[in-house]
Amino acid sequence: MNRATTLGVIALGVVVCLTFGTLAAVALRADAVARLGPADWAAVRFTLWQAALSAALSILLAIPVARALARRRFPGRTVLVTLLGAPFILPVIVAVLGLIAVFGRSGVVSTVLGAFGAEPVSIYGYHGVILAHVFFNFPLATRLILQGWLSIPAERFRLAASLGLRPHDIARMLERPMLREVVPGAALVIFLICLTSFAVALTLGGGPRATTVELAIYEAFRFDFDLGRAALLALIQFALGAGAALIAFWVAIPGDMGAGLDRAIRRWDDSVLHRTRDVLVVGLAMLFLALPLAMVVVNGLPGVLSLPVQVYAAALRSILVALGSAGLTLILALPIAVYAVQRRSRLIEGLGYMTIAASPLVIGTGLFIITFPFIKPSDLALPITALVNAAMSLPFTLRALVPALAATEANFGALADGLGMHGLARLRYLWLPRLRRPIGFALGLAGALSMGDLGVIAMFADTHNATLPLQLFRLMGAYRMEDAAAAGLLLLLLSLSIFWIFDRGGRVNAVR
Amino acid sequence: MLSVEAAQVVLDDFSLSADFTITKGARVAVLGPSGAGKSTLLAAIAGFQDLATGRILWNGEPLPDDPAKRPISMVFQDNNLFPHLSVAQNVGLGLRPDLKLTSQDRERVETALSRVGLMGMGARKPAQLSGGQIARVALARVLLRNKPILLLDEPFSALGPALKAEMLDLVRELVTETDATLLMVSHDPQDARALADQVVLVAEGWAHAPQPTAELFDSPPDALRDYLGG
Repeated sequence: MNRATTLGVIALGVVVCLTFGTLAAVALRADAVARLGPADWAAVRFTLWQAALSAALSILLAIPVARALARRRFPGRTVLVTLLGAPFILPVIVAVLGLIAVFGRSGVVSTVLGAFGAEPVSIYGYHGVILAHVFFNFPLATRLILQGWLSIPAERFRLAASLGLRPHDIARMLERPMLREVVPGAALVIFLICLTSFAVALTLGGGPRATTVELAIYEAFRFDFDLGRAALLALIQFALGAGAALIAFWVAIPGDMGAGLDRAIRRWDDSVLHRTRDVLVVGLAMLFLALPLAMVVVNGLPGVLSLPVQVYAAALRSILVALGSAGLTLILALPIAVYAVQRRSRLIEGLGYMTIAASPLVIGTGLFIITFPFIKPSDLALPITALVNAAMSLPFTLRALVPALAATEANFGALADGLGMHGLARLRYLWLPRLRRPIGFALGLAGALSMGDLGVIAMFADTHNATLPLQLFRLMGAYRMEDAAAAGLLLLLLSLSIFWIFDRGGRVNAVR
Repeated sequence: MLSVEAAQVVLDDFSLSADFTITKGARVAVLGPSGAGKSTLLAAIAGFQDLATGRILWNGEPLPDDPAKRPISMVFQDNNLFPHLSVAQNVGLGLRPDLKLTSQDRERVETALSRVGLMGMGARKPAQLSGGQIARVALARVLLRNKPILLLDEPFSALGPALKAEMLDLVRELVTETDATLLMVSHDPQDARALADQVVLVAEGWAHAPQPTAELFDSPPDALRDYLGG
């Protein structure tokens, strides 16, 4: 076994310990007298139906937008398509802040309604949770479905035009078959994402009608310190995730490679009605995405330089956690990618993807159970957050690294072998230079995800070691909305910056 | 002496067998139709392709598994240079795979570059070179590695006729200087005539034992006649 393989086995071991090891710790703990009450079962039901509804709504909204983007060219189209990728690195709590500013009791929508004498709307409750999930996932759905549309060969549309097919014929013969292939996978991805929703439920949900299992774990843990019940709930959460992941084996998951979305299909079945509808749909989508973010900027700008000092301290902690997490992600991902590519093993790669179905709160519960007999959990809050964030970023990182590494090895592997470039020499003179772009992208993604994460940190932190998202949540809880808005803007800027800096660093001077 | 003893490579529904020896210092062209297994033969000798049966020896010693430990330099059809490294680094890898070069090493790199006609080009990146220059860099590295066997897997096939003739001349000079044994895959019988004193014909699942070039072309066997067309 050479050094690269050893490192790969170790990295995989860390991942398996984090997922199954923590689960085992949880399971051992769950055999106590703990029992689930009706509220816990309500949480299970809510988790399932909100995830299903969020997925369905996201897809339904995404189809007309994707269709419009697929057949229109207009100034700003590229910007809009890029913007559709942004929610991925947008901190959940910042988006929630923006959504409250638009859809909250004193938000834009309520103000407009008030002008007509209508009652203000409330965003708190199950509908707020679903609204936020749609805000996050409808752009993802749009990108996936747009990819489907653009994968229909241009010749088919030319053929349809030369045969004189009408729009509904084209829909029946070309578009619906594509949707039948793409939609189940896209819906499943969104369902999986919403299944592990914690921060949205924490901020907008709660109570008997809008508590997810993840939130119930947190509450059992934080408020009741009922480790047995938290452990039982964690097992249920794991079963839900594993069930959905098993279904995912049967459904082809579309990939969002982000490449090639900047073109539009030329079509010949256009009409004024279509044009009007497309303009309207794209305009509304843009408004839905941009308005909350604009509100975060507008509300946050006045106070961003005069925040309480604890907020800046929290921001510094967040930066450190994000950098640490990004580094850890790479340290885990690179050996796994190398191992998977050298063994040409889908299984090894698959093990690395495992954390996509795992829940950060379950891992957090497990780590708590393992560590708290020895160390005060709050002392470990930041390292554990960085580690769990790294595990959560692993699937995306592997997705970026494995194909690039496979291509590098296919092109230059024999040359490097022939020259005896092993170990560090291969890392330094072959892998790192060739993988600069995917590594930069992956580091940026992992850093941004960690920067904005409000999950495990909420379980572990006390008053002295909050990260910026947690500090922001506490400001919201204390109704200090001006400070919260400013902290939200700061967090948004930090998340986008860390992504931009790393991603940019991978591109500058990169030799292809 | 390079001995291929009852060697067989099996890939899905393809197999290639070989059993021959090549004398030290010979210049051998490997000819045959596309897909016959010319590159596979070289890959097996270089250690990139595992043998199903048989073995390959150099001077009576079995070749080690690690391609880098074999007494072999190989030039591929393409991807002979790392595009992210400079010309000097690409050549320097022939001395030390970790590129920890002493000033003496760097001098040797510069000398090798001068020898192939690329004096002062060490700082360039491969993207700034022409196809012929890229081939020259690969040969400069071969020169520095100074291994007793040189395998060429059609590295000049994308070059124009005049440039290719130039490169073949350079190869001839280099193998003469280093006293290396040469195996060169080619599509073009002219290459064999120009450079090789022997030919290994690869056809119908067999890599035949080397035969003197002139003799072979004067009375070609059926497989070669089919390939030459005529």
